[in-house]
Amino acid sequence: MTKYTYTEKKDTRSGFGAGLVEAGRKNPNVVALCADLIGSLKMGDFIKEFPERFVQVGIAEANMMGIAAGMTIGGKIPFTGTFANFSTSRVYDQIRQSIAYSEKNVKICASHAGLTLGEDGATHQVLEDIGMMKMLPNMTVINPCDYNQTKAATLALVDYEGPAYLRFGRPAWPIFTDPNQKFEIGKAINFVEGSDVSIFATGHMLWLAIEAEEILAEQGISAEIINIHTIKPLDAKAILESVEKTGCAVSAEEHQIAGGLGESISSLLARNNPKPLEIIGVDDSFGESGKPVELLAKYGLSVENIVEAAKKAIARKNA
Amino acid sequence: MDQYPDIEKLKSIASQVRRDIVRMVHGAQSGHPGGSLGCTDYLVALYFHIMKHDKGFNPDAQNEDVFFLSNGHISPVFYSVLARSGYFDVKELATFRKMGTRLQGHPATEEGLPGIRIASGSLGQGLSVAIGTALTKKLNGDTSTVFALMGDGELQEGQVWEAAMFAASNKVDNLIAAVDFNGQQIDGPTSEVNDMGDLKAKWEAFGWTVIEANGNQMEDIVSNLKLAKSLSKKEKPVLILMTTEMGAGVDFMEGTHKWHGIAPNDEDLEKALAQLEETLGDY
Repeated sequence: MTKYTYTEKKDTRSGFGAGLVEAGRKNPNVVALCADLIGSLKMGDFIKEFPERFVQVGIAEANMMGIAAGMTIGGKIPFTGTFANFSTSRVYDQIRQSIAYSEKNVKICASHAGLTLGEDGATHQVLEDIGMMKMLPNMTVINPCDYNQTKAATLALVDYEGPAYLRFGRPAWPIFTDPNQKFEIGKAINFVEGSDVSIFATGHMLWLAIEAEEILAEQGISAEIINIHTIKPLDAKAILESVEKTGCAVSAEEHQIAGGLGESISSLLARNNPKPLEIIGVDDSFGESGKPVELLAKYGLSVENIVEAAKKAIARKNA
Repeated sequence: MDQYPDIEKLKSIASQVRRDIVRMVHGAQSGHPGGSLGCTDYLVALYFHIMKHDKGFNPDAQNEDVFFLSNGHISPVFYSVLARSGYFDVKELATFRKMGTRLQGHPATEEGLPGIRIASGSLGQGLSVAIGTALTKKLNGDTSTVFALMGDGELQEGQVWEAAMFAASNKVDNLIAAVDFNGQQIDGPTSEVNDMGDLKAKWEAFGWTVIEANGNQMEDIVSNLKLAKSLSKKEKPVLILMTTEMGAGVDFMEGTHKWHGIAPNDEDLEKALAQLEETLGDY
């Protein structure tokens, strides 16, 4: 039985673009900044409606982060837009000093994250951004799973006071969440209830986890699917309750294993309730050019990889 | 009002601020006296004569002039000027760089010291921040002015030039930046470490109105700050290229980068204080 289906594919970055316009309507203090990637970040509609509240910084990401920090003094809520790589590693020190340490209300919005960026290759496929951002004190890290959830997350950030990193992607991806969903930062969403294994997935990987769950169900394995859209603060309660029930877990993310969601969960489990955890992620490697689906398969992030990991986690539990 | 009615008063405040600086760095046995002493006259002129700022501290700086220190290591002069202009009790200067203090080695907002609106210390970021606040002031219909200070060595950071280009391109004209042009950096004279060439020509080429001033002559820095204000709001950002002497006011600290980040010992302190009149009362 199919528990979740999709009728349409749309990129998560378009969810950001749509959310940003609504954010602008919701709060007149919302401003947007971009480093020469308006089309890629889908910021065009915001600019059309609020031209005076848009700042084109040009190809100067460090300056963009500083300007955003400065704009908060006087009450603006800046949303910066560029690729995930240039939103994090390129400007890490600017974010660290002027935004995170200074507790500035800047929303760092980052597109084209992960392997599914595809053909542009490793220079642009940042796989370290979650780790870099979650290590910064004061920083919230959000990685929504589809168009609707990215839009909801963008809107939620307007009312959230403090520095935040919002990560999304380039490719068209199945839409499977409610367009009117309640999005609470830091509150995981239980997508499918199950009893044999918990699968904690973030971003694009959530759809693959749902597909894996259907395969597992056909084989008589009951998997619980939990959407970890907020990596920091991590919903420890939801994770620990699920693992207490199922006894083992799989995490899935489009990111390096080092520094990612899996590491956050393994640390949580080790300190509270050690149980087997299989981590799906890129294992200490840069990406390469290719089609998104081909890359996910090559680097061990496919539906089949999740199915195998779930079985392995259950076997370890029962060993 | 005469043209320079307050110069003697400002000089007197500057003397006290210089005493505070050497005492703070001596007390912590850590900190940066050289650049702090060099920028004392500029900061005193700003906070006690030029800037329109409210009593009390409004972190949003709405409808008041705002200052950003980009070269955060000269925090002693910043803290002293803030305390002496009433942002917090001057007694707190004694806690500089000590455990639990709001007077962190480099300015920080996390500890919540009134007068500080953003952290600085990692160089090259302050001008961008100042531009951001200047843009917000324009959006808010707030006609006050944003001031920023950078070190000259700091201009070796590429981000400064990203910011310089943006400010001119976007006509950020409610911004008056200053460069502390003392020609020194940690490893030696800037001309030897990484010569920056003709800074006036560079800033002008980037589209700024550039004024030159002597940052250690109170009359000169005050009149040039006033000139800068009169040249602002004319579609161009304004830069004051401010010649200073590192260590100004304490003879054995002058003209060398040796005192960039070195604390005076007891004997040095005594020698320094003998040259600086106590005018407002030590903390």
